[in-house]
Amino acid sequence: MTGGRRVRVMVAKPGLDGHDRGARIIARAYRDAGFEVVYSGLHQSPEEIVEAAIQEDVDMIGLSSLAGAHRYLFPRVVELLKENGIDDIIVVGGGIIPEDDIPKMKAAGIKEIFTPGSPLEQIVQWVKDHVTPREV
Amino acid sequence: MSMTFNPKVFGDIEKAEERWRKELEEIFRQHGERLERFSTVSDVEIGRLYTPLDVRDQRYMDALGFPGEYPFTRGVQPSMYRGRLWTMRMFAGLGTAKDTNRRFHVLVNAGQTGLSTAFDMPTLMGYDSDASKARGECGRCGVAIDTLKDMEDLFDGLPIDQITTSMTINPPASVVWAMYIAMAENRGIPRNVIGGTIQNDMLKEFIAQKTFMCPPRPSVRLVTDTVEFGTREVPRWNTISISGYHIREAGSTAVQELAFTLADGIAYTEEALKRGLPVDSFAPRFSFFFNSHLDFFEEIAKFRAARRMWGKIMRERFKAQNPRSWWLRFHTQTAGCSLTAQQPYNNVVRTALEALAAVLGGTQSLHTNSLDEVLAIPTEEAATIALRTQQIIAEESGVANTIDPLGGSYFVEGLTDKMERDAFEIIRKIDDMGGMLAAIERNYPQQEIADAAYHYQRQIDAGEKTVVGVNKYVTEEDVPVEILEIDEELERLQIEKLNRVKSLRDQTRVAECLERVGEACAADTNVMEPVIAAVKAQATLQEVCDVYRSVFGIYRDPGIY
Repeated sequence: MTGGRRVRVMVAKPGLDGHDRGARIIARAYRDAGFEVVYSGLHQSPEEIVEAAIQEDVDMIGLSSLAGAHRYLFPRVVELLKENGIDDIIVVGGGIIPEDDIPKMKAAGIKEIFTPGSPLEQIVQWVKDHVTPREV
Repeated sequence: MSMTFNPKVFGDIEKAEERWRKELEEIFRQHGERLERFSTVSDVEIGRLYTPLDVRDQRYMDALGFPGEYPFTRGVQPSMYRGRLWTMRMFAGLGTAKDTNRRFHVLVNAGQTGLSTAFDMPTLMGYDSDASKARGECGRCGVAIDTLKDMEDLFDGLPIDQITTSMTINPPASVVWAMYIAMAENRGIPRNVIGGTIQNDMLKEFIAQKTFMCPPRPSVRLVTDTVEFGTREVPRWNTISISGYHIREAGSTAVQELAFTLADGIAYTEEALKRGLPVDSFAPRFSFFFNSHLDFFEEIAKFRAARRMWGKIMRERFKAQNPRSWWLRFHTQTAGCSLTAQQPYNNVVRTALEALAAVLGGTQSLHTNSLDEVLAIPTEEAATIALRTQQIIAEESGVANTIDPLGGSYFVEGLTDKMERDAFEIIRKIDDMGGMLAAIERNYPQQEIADAAYHYQRQIDAGEKTVVGVNKYVTEEDVPVEILEIDEELERLQIEKLNRVKSLRDQTRVAECLERVGEACAADTNVMEPVIAAVKAQATLQEVCDVYRSVFGIYRDPGIY
């Protein structure tokens, strides 16, 4: 290793839906790609996610939602990060996100949205291209 | 003890096969075979050709028999679809009870023959619409039910004494069922007349669907309470729908779906037996729920194997005497996870093939997914096309004109036998661990499913498995599909309604009722009567579930990936 730590990524399931197949597959793909992965487990509130992300010093949070509650939950995570004075943890999202919601999510500070059918390699590559370890 | 074929015939077939194989290999040497390896969606390797040699050990009466007769491979009823078609039961739930009631009326008027209710996430998790955890989720992917008033609005104007109702509800199943019973009784319909199903399968929640409140053991205790109560009081109700559907959606193979589902059924049977219930008193009311995925023959084989396996489990393992206890009756839903957001109209075709497999596999009841399900809650138009798909299969295609038309296919029989062997092997492993509860506690099924899901995704990414429109035949243009919008106002309106109900009820009576629920939980006596009394007093869903949580504790996801 030529200095610097590995990228730390948190995969998180906000809200009440239990559809975690995608989140778990992505957590594994990140791990295989050499990132350090923290998986939140299910049924997390935005508050719990942000608190864990801060404690774990992650560089990125990947949110997954399939039950239609992303409109409230995703922006809420960004908002809470800001409230904690954090502007360098990148937030991305995935799941069943209607096309029309994607610009709204991006306007709310979600950097990228991955919808069903996105190849794992593409999702991993995005992290490699956009996320570097934060100064902590 | 007659063999399917005269053994002398096999020698001739073997010789002929040898000749054919040499010729075939010569052709492939020159032109190559289309794929290096042919396998099912579940990655079971498939041979080039199946002949009588593949079923040479099958004894017709032992392996197949006749429909309605043990081991039921060819169907649970003697008449199957010659007598009556399967129940067309579309899963519906959106917004408020009134919104969903409207969708129910549309579907019944379009020819649907059974009702099926989807609840929103807060209801599924035992929260009211005003809980902080419920923010943003109210009415989003199902209907919000907080109190008996909501249940009354949900079934308003529907003939619940004539039509059966399925409710996909698990941790709070006892509460929602109590509301349904109370709603019927308030209408003057006695509990021994109503018919339907509560999903109420908590084991698969820990394995796959991940909707839980309390830890596995008390969760199963609540399920057993409903089984016991249903046996005594609500004899036409299916108290559990043992569900492989979600296991498959979470990424399992077909064999894992089969094995884990039947292992769950074994666990529920053992729990009810521990209560002192005779097996033949409750087993006839167990029902099942399977996924129908895209691999046509693999799915048909799975359904046929499932019936035969459950028959053997009930008769041989649990010594059930009543032939109805041996029946595996099942509902099927086409595979949501097979649908694609890309080129969504292709989903109509996928669903039609999956529905056809379910019918050829002998399902009793079927839900066909809508083409837009991968994007949002279905629109009325998309839900109607999905229902029409079933009606075309039933009444135009001719496949329902004879019973088990693929019985005797060398391939289907060979695959059915293989599914059964492989699934029984997994069940043996679970038995060795001390049963399904113990296996779940060591995360065995969870890890197996995670591995299978990852393997499948890797195969898609590598192009080893084709998904049209996703990794092959990709187009750039966007196909516009109408999306159902859930009104943002809905949450506020539902909370207002909840507050109105709370302000009008007798608070002392509610508190007393909840206390009795808590006493039943702690004393290990059946919770159903106290819960029915509580919901009749307008106790909310969450109030009852909070009692469960306080007595039994809550369960946290171990986060296996």
